[in-house]
Amino acid sequence: MGTLLQVKGLKTQFFTQDGVVNAVNGIDFDLNEGETLGIVGESGCGKSVSVLSLMRLIPSPPGRIVGGEAWFQGRDLLKMSEEEIRSVRGNKIAMIFQDPMTSLNPVLTINQQVSEALELHLGMDKRQARKRTIELLEMVRIPDAANRVDDYPHQFSGGMRQRVMIAMGLSCNPQLLIADEPTTALDVTIQAQIIDLVKQLKKEIGMAVIWITHDLGVVAGLADRVNVMYAGYIVESADVKDMYADPRHPYTLGLLGSIPRLDAERKAKLTPIEGLPPDLIDMPPGCPFAPRCRYAIDRCLEENPKLETVARRHSVACWVDVTGGKR
Amino acid sequence: MFRYIVRRLLWMIPVLFFISVITFSLAHAVPGGPFDREKALPAEIIANLNKYYGLDQPVWKQYVKYMSDILLRFDFGPVYSSRSRRVNDIFRDHLPISAQLGVLAMLIALGIGIPLGILAALKQNSFWDYLGMAVAIFGVSVPGIVLGPLLILIFALTLKWFPVAGWGTPAKMVLPSIALGMRESAIIARLTRASMLQVIREDYIRTARAKGLTERAVMIRHALKNAFIPVATILGPMFAVLVTGTFVIEQIFAIPGMGKYFITSITNRDYPVVMGTILLYAVFLVIANLAVDITYAFLDPRIRYT
Ligand SMILES: Nc1ncnc2c1ncn2[C@@H]1O[C@H](COP(=O)(O)OP(=O)(O)OP(=O)(O)O)[C@@H](O)[C@H]1O
Ligand code: SF4
Ligand SMILES: [Mg+2]
Repeated sequence: MGTLLQVKGLKTQFFTQDGVVNAVNGIDFDLNEGETLGIVGESGCGKSVSVLSLMRLIPSPPGRIVGGEAWFQGRDLLKMSEEEIRSVRGNKIAMIFQDPMTSLNPVLTINQQVSEALELHLGMDKRQARKRTIELLEMVRIPDAANRVDDYPHQFSGGMRQRVMIAMGLSCNPQLLIADEPTTALDVTIQAQIIDLVKQLKKEIGMAVIWITHDLGVVAGLADRVNVMYAGYIVESADVKDMYADPRHPYTLGLLGSIPRLDAERKAKLTPIEGLPPDLIDMPPGCPFAPRCRYAIDRCLEENPKLETVARRHSVACWVDVTGGKR
Repeated sequence: MFRYIVRRLLWMIPVLFFISVITFSLAHAVPGGPFDREKALPAEIIANLNKYYGLDQPVWKQYVKYMSDILLRFDFGPVYSSRSRRVNDIFRDHLPISAQLGVLAMLIALGIGIPLGILAALKQNSFWDYLGMAVAIFGVSVPGIVLGPLLILIFALTLKWFPVAGWGTPAKMVLPSIALGMRESAIIARLTRASMLQVIREDYIRTARAKGLTERAVMIRHALKNAFIPVATILGPMFAVLVTGTFVIEQIFAIPGMGKYFITSITNRDYPVVMGTILLYAVFLVIANLAVDITYAFLDPRIRYT
């Protein structure tokens, strides 16, 4: 398996009236062809901003990608001209978003919205695009697709709209599908259906997937690798089974401690990590997790640890070895 | 949709009835009468005139007569200040002129307001934005009574591009239409800008960009139609006001429109003229609002009338 995407030192900031928001602070990660990467972390840790940066969809002003590289099929996404990046968007890299209720244009039909990318990137005419749109809707298991293709988004339920978004995303056979919390806004049963659908489509089509979520349970069933983000940094990155079997970062430990265990008693309390993430405008020196960390040592307050390999395909940014060894 | 339109048109009947009752009673409740002059007329003459026009009757009887004349003979009654002309004549001679002026002003308002609003939104905080909003503030804050003479001074008297006043030839129509449309264009520009700024922050715009569409396609296909929905709302009443005549601009440019008759008829208690103009305005307003509602249905598929 070749490397599909290689991100190096990606750094994105927002220049607001209150100051510079350090949303993504120089992250590195790789993604292989056909691989599924989960990105997890608390709200505001920079998950969306990091993938929107790859698509060059950061609202600017106030946002700006201030540094880094993102090599995709031999080209740096961050250095591409506007025209080049447009030919990648929706074509080689597709993205679906959190809220299917607001992510579709209310005044255009489903056909108009799905066909658009087909006409643009694959050069289809209206008739071909419509035919393909119907096939795509069938592929994402929308019943009676041929008749519903001219409906408007408001005539679809939330789950159905997310299916439409997926159909739209997959329309040009992308090498990479980025899903930014695609199930957060849906109820649990629909959520499970969407996850199953993506798993199956991935098997059929073979694209790589970046799946963003706060839900570690979802990641466990879906991803090959996981990046844990905190305050704009990747603090741990590992294959999914290692992440669960052998978590190394105190923050990951905290997150895992806070997943409700299916086998535990129903009333068993979640153990959320106490405290709040740091202010991204006024970042303290040292490890951003230090104020909340049970393992913190003096050094943690002065120096921010870098992401370092601790085992095969497993890296962690922490001064302390939580497994008890010395580092 | 068709049934909806018919129903809305039928609703006009009670609405107009209600408006006619209110205006009729208000007009007659105001002290004074149509034949009060600075130098008072002899009492017998006033009594005779009142009798001639039926003004000695109880108000409700006058109302019934007034309405039945309209409904049965489409006769809007006499003009007290002129023996030879009736309200129908005023409508026939002056309404088309006011309507022409109104339509032209509306076209100018839309033609300037919408592009300016869009441009200002797309190039937020740029030269175009500041220009657009400067024009908007100017337009809203400078009343026609100032703008009209200003335009005459610059474009008619100094540059001699257009005639000073009058109506009937295209050249004569330019300045008054601008003077009248300016303020409305400012209102439209501001609303369009605000609406556009709101829309381009919506998630579906990000979705459209994520498809790889050009910025132009995103704006034209995905943003404009949505942004126009709130703008359409204000166009109905705006249109009705412009088309039924505007006193100030018509006075400044010596345009023989409806505006003058409406104002003088109020001060003169010329009841049939007052009533006729108000009813006309109400009809325009109701129809313009209906047109707006129909436009909605075309713009926004979530709106369906049954
Ligand atoms: N347009 C913006 N202007 C200013 N700051 C922004 C903007 N967009 C994002 N940020 C900041 O960037 C940081 C990262 O945001 P991001 O949306 O990536 O978080 P997230 O991890 O996706 O969170 P969530 O799980 O809530 O979606 C946040 O602290 C946010 O305040
Ligand atoms: S570096 Fe220190 S503060 Fe940061 S996570 Fe590790 S132990 Fe905790
Ligand atoms: Mg997010």
